[in-house]
Amino acid sequence: MGLERMRRRSLLLWAVALLAYLFLYAPLAVVVIYSFNDSRLNAEWVGFTFSWYRKLFRNEEMLLAAQNSLVIALVTSAVSTLLGTMAGFAMHHYRTRLLPILVLAPIAIPEILMGVSLLIFFVLLNFTLGLVSVTLSHISFCVGFVAIVVRARLAGMDESLTEAARDLGATPFRAFRLVTLPLITPGVIAGALMAFTLSIDDFVITFFTAGVGSNTLPLQIYTMVKTAVTPEVNAVSTLLMLLTLTLIMLATRLSPFLLRESR
Amino acid sequence: MTQLELRNLTRRFGEFTAVDGVNLSIESGEFFTLLGPSGCGKTTLLRMIAGFDSPEEGAIMLEGSDMLGVPPERRNLHTVFQSYALFPHLTVAQNIAFPLRMIGTAKTAIARRVDEALVQVSLAGFGRRFPNELSGGQRQRVALARALVNKPKMLLLDEPLAALDAKLRESMQFELMRLQREVGVTFVYVTHDQSEALALSHRIAVMKCGRVEQVGTPAEVYGAPRNRFVADFIGECNLLDAEVWEIEQGKLALKLGEVLAYAAQGQPVSRGDTGVLALRPEQIAIARSIAPSAELNRFSGTVAELLYRGEVTVYAVDLQGGGQMRALVPNSAPGHERSFKAGDVVDISWRIDAGLFLAE
Amino acid sequence: MAAPAFQETRRGANWLVAGPPLAYLLVFFAAPMLIMVLASLRNPGDFGGLAPVLLEDVAGTHLNLSVESYARLASEFLYTRLFLKSLGYAALATLLCLVIGYPLAVLIARSEKKHRNLLVLLVILPFWSNFLIRIYAWMLLLGPQSGLSQALNSVLNLADIEPVSLLYTPFAVVVALVYVHLPFMVLPLYANLEKHDSALLDAAQDLGANAWQRFWQITFPLSLPGVYAGAALVFIPALGIFAIPDLLGGTQGIMIGNVIKQQFLDTRDWPFGSALSLVLTLAAVGVAGLAAALGRKARA
Repeated sequence: MGLERMRRRSLLLWAVALLAYLFLYAPLAVVVIYSFNDSRLNAEWVGFTFSWYRKLFRNEEMLLAAQNSLVIALVTSAVSTLLGTMAGFAMHHYRTRLLPILVLAPIAIPEILMGVSLLIFFVLLNFTLGLVSVTLSHISFCVGFVAIVVRARLAGMDESLTEAARDLGATPFRAFRLVTLPLITPGVIAGALMAFTLSIDDFVITFFTAGVGSNTLPLQIYTMVKTAVTPEVNAVSTLLMLLTLTLIMLATRLSPFLLRESR
Repeated sequence: MTQLELRNLTRRFGEFTAVDGVNLSIESGEFFTLLGPSGCGKTTLLRMIAGFDSPEEGAIMLEGSDMLGVPPERRNLHTVFQSYALFPHLTVAQNIAFPLRMIGTAKTAIARRVDEALVQVSLAGFGRRFPNELSGGQRQRVALARALVNKPKMLLLDEPLAALDAKLRESMQFELMRLQREVGVTFVYVTHDQSEALALSHRIAVMKCGRVEQVGTPAEVYGAPRNRFVADFIGECNLLDAEVWEIEQGKLALKLGEVLAYAAQGQPVSRGDTGVLALRPEQIAIARSIAPSAELNRFSGTVAELLYRGEVTVYAVDLQGGGQMRALVPNSAPGHERSFKAGDVVDISWRIDAGLFLAE
Repeated sequence: MAAPAFQETRRGANWLVAGPPLAYLLVFFAAPMLIMVLASLRNPGDFGGLAPVLLEDVAGTHLNLSVESYARLASEFLYTRLFLKSLGYAALATLLCLVIGYPLAVLIARSEKKHRNLLVLLVILPFWSNFLIRIYAWMLLLGPQSGLSQALNSVLNLADIEPVSLLYTPFAVVVALVYVHLPFMVLPLYANLEKHDSALLDAAQDLGANAWQRFWQITFPLSLPGVYAGAALVFIPALGIFAIPDLLGGTQGIMIGNVIKQQFLDTRDWPFGSALSLVLTLAAVGVAGLAAALGRKARA
């Protein structure tokens, strides 16, 4: 199936597509290139240097922000993978109405709505805004992504395998543990990596729920961009891009469904 | 000894009735086949026996115990799935060991019994391989070994040979028969292939639309079909609309259109009953001319078409009085005239007791 | 007809699995949203935030609620205009994403199977880089010192026109909106186009249709569910975005997201901010519902 055969390769089509890819990558390339530019201005190329990277690693604020982001992302990833796998399993096997809505809505609505509503929520409960509030909020919107990936993985799995396990004497739980789980593990790991990435990258929700005094990497970048654009922004952006790239390549290796099912 | 008894089993899916009041009893050690076209309910029935589905009405009694509420893992019967359902992340040996693990067999015993099972299905030495390294036929045998290794009471097979090509299917049929005989386990086999059912089974239940039309040995089901559906479904059959004209001394005179033919009286009928005359093509003789006889029905006709099949030829003969019949003739029977061609005028005949009158 | 999948009859097990995620999301998603609805009906506190729901005064305790926020929303045209502007930017971005993304999706769908995954991955990768970085990158590209700006201005100089600034304009906002959301348009389109049966196009060609006709009569109508899905996935987030106008929009390119952020963090008029958020939610849900309905009709 699919438009397999290369029809008359329309030159126009190729041209537009190429431009589109250029459009997608040129801005990022510029950032990476300027991170090595020996100049304070992002104007023209002066010379190659690692100095911005070195400055980065001496920047206390930045390091603290990075550390915070990492911790938040790890916890978010762990919890949302657990909850998301359970949700994905429930959505695949049981006829629930409420769960799919609650799981998928955070992904569908504009992020600012979640940020704002969670801000009100925490303040009304007299819950101090900080790293914990950020983590709780991140989990909320990451669960959905993991659930989608796990559900897709389950849907692609052969139902008769679990039945065969039951038929041969396994209780439902043993069948899940010995047959289903090993087969969906790549999907679960892909979901975990996705959650980690989403958490590390999140800006909007973090912006509203971080309060004063706690900083994450995206928030730090925002401050730097808004106030004084220092070239270190280029450096930290490049590093962050590298990290995300690696994680996503790993995730797509493990779960081809990620490409289709993530949106 | 009756091992499995299905009493008045019914299963509906909304408006659709998949299984409709089925009563069957299956003997211990027999090769019992559920035969029917797709959608006739045979797979649903099998799944209910296995425990993956529950009937709305009726009961399933296995060796006298009611299976209501008993989950699949606690019924001591196993299923060979159509897709084989081999665990892709486990080796062949681990697959076969699975049911033994479930009941807590000791490791040394497991290893020994897995090896025995592999020998039994002619796959000795394949233990370390993974399912995706095996051919279709080999996977099938692993599925069988896995289902038989802990000596279940009964084996359920859901069209296990459907995915194999014709040659392989035939050799697997022999394998299955041999296995069943050697191991002595009751096989409940589901298929839509009637020739397979006839070849393998001790008894066959022919199903249509959720109901059992006839239960019997292959010879009974083939030679004495109970109704039009069974006659038509099993093998090739000439079915001519007929009306009972006269009943005289165990013989029925049937009106086929304008002509009369005779058949033996089977089930009790009355004058005026309508139905079909069922006649197997191999029962019909075809020749340039046939001498009349009191034991034969004899008609003239013209050969309309013929199909040469190597060992036999099928002739479609248009009868003088209207209607068409198919005759199956072996190509090298002694005394058989040289073959006919389209347009030839011939006589066809069959013994009176070869034809059956069936109500609809 | 195939028998149904084996259903778990033990209800307890169901709740054990579905319960925890359900509970978590009820507490940390549903509850906050509901509270926000309620907040829009309350009065602003003395120092910002929310005034208490129950107020005690001479007359006794009474409910301190009002629809003042909504009244203000409706009466001051400023906000309506802002909503309309935001809708406009989001719609424009969606249209541009469609124009750019459709050929890209077609190309990927028509390429050989072994190339397709790579091509799709290349489209998604930028999405996985940090959101702010992607916006920041455009600040570099559109800034007054960038090659683009300088080139443009030198051309304008020749025509004796005043130099323009590309940054801090609605133009920059729309460009960034398209940039950030393009993958969301390409993916559903590609998923749809990939399933098209090439035999249909062959049949059309056989019956005399040329390339353009084949596209409009066959490919495009069949791709509509993908178009609607992609459009929704671009339009809805774009509507509520605030980081892009905040960094790139200057004073001209403000969107409703900016105002909401302002109300919550600067002005601290939370009831009003909540009311704005609620209207935004309704708009988002409305568009989602519309897209779903259109998609269902297109699939029928």
